Amino acid sequence: MIAIVLAGVGLGVGTFGFRFAGASLKSRMTLSARTQHLLTASSVVLLVALVGTSTLLDGGSFAGWARPAGVAVGGLLAWRKAPFVVVVLAAAAVAAGLRLLGVR
Amino acid sequence: MRSLWQTVRARLGRKLARDIALVCLADGIVGLSFGAITVAAGLPIWLPMLLSVVVFAGASQFMFVALVAAGGNPLAALAAGLLVNARHLPFGLAIGDVLGSGLLRRIVGSHLMIDESVAFALSQKDSDRRRAAYWACGIALFACWNLGVVAGAFGGRAISNTDAFGLDAAFPAVLLALILPSLRDRAVRLAALVGAVIAVALSPLLPAGLGVLLSLAALPLAMIGRFGPTPQEATVTGDEPARAAP
Repeated sequence: MIAIVLAGVGLGVGTFGFRFAGASLKSRMTLSARTQHLLTASSVVLLVALVGTSTLLDGGSFAGWARPAGVAVGGLLAWRKAPFVVVVLAAAAVAAGLRLLGVR
Repeated sequence: MRSLWQTVRARLGRKLARDIALVCLADGIVGLSFGAITVAAGLPIWLPMLLSVVVFAGASQFMFVALVAAGGNPLAALAAGLLVNARHLPFGLAIGDVLGSGLLRRIVGSHLMIDESVAFALSQKDSDRRRAAYWACGIALFACWNLGVVAGAFGGRAISNTDAFGLDAAFPAVLLALILPSLRDRAVRLAALVGAVIAVALSPLLPAGLGVLLSLAALPLAMIGRFGPTPQEATVTGDEPARAAP
């Protein structure tokens, strides 16, 4: 159990290290508009990649149809400029509803 | 509490405060399931609480618990969690300036850096609102996530399958809705799409988290049209999010 606690605290320290290192480096630099664009774009790329993997995959294999269908409906609504609350609730409701109907 | 809510709402505006509250509610329920699943796996009741306070990054916490509960080597679980969380380094580089100056603010603000708070910050245009959105989302999510975890750890298996509520679809939808305005820039959109294809294609073959990091291979595409002198862009200030390409 001691090993698990130490590993857990280590994960916290390491994660904080990533967060703090990035933010501190940023606060020390004066950036050109182009570099700032690149850094902002890197977060956008990572977050969209995360949207892709967390929509389609579950532990390395296909997550089933209900979840991507929910995210697709949410994405469509967001694109049509629906309010955020509607987007999120629709995504959850479509996924939950499809599962209720037996779609996996 | 009521006056705090009113202050936040005045600062953020009604809509943004409501959006953040909704994400907090959803993540609080996921926190419930994290607490419940960890305790149900036979781990001590305080472990999910400890992890949620010191790590505060949901996906890595679920993975860490799954690995150690299955009898895996804690060091391997640590390494796996760090790989999943490495994306926080580029996050800090992108939005580090919203934390404000001063060591204490940077320390606390860094700890509140998660996918949702970064996405909320990126979704705002002017720097005051980005800062307000980041801090409000970070603080509120830290509170809701940890309260959810405590309730879940004590509540047993009440909510262990959040998929039944579709919450697994809510998380990507939240990020997608917040990031959509940044995708108006054609070059950024191309980079993000190619990056997502890379991540989805490679993730099944690689340790968790690595596929998402490798999406950055598509980052040079975001610079299309930005090499060489571009006088129009000289007016774009450093801290604004991506804009439509000329």
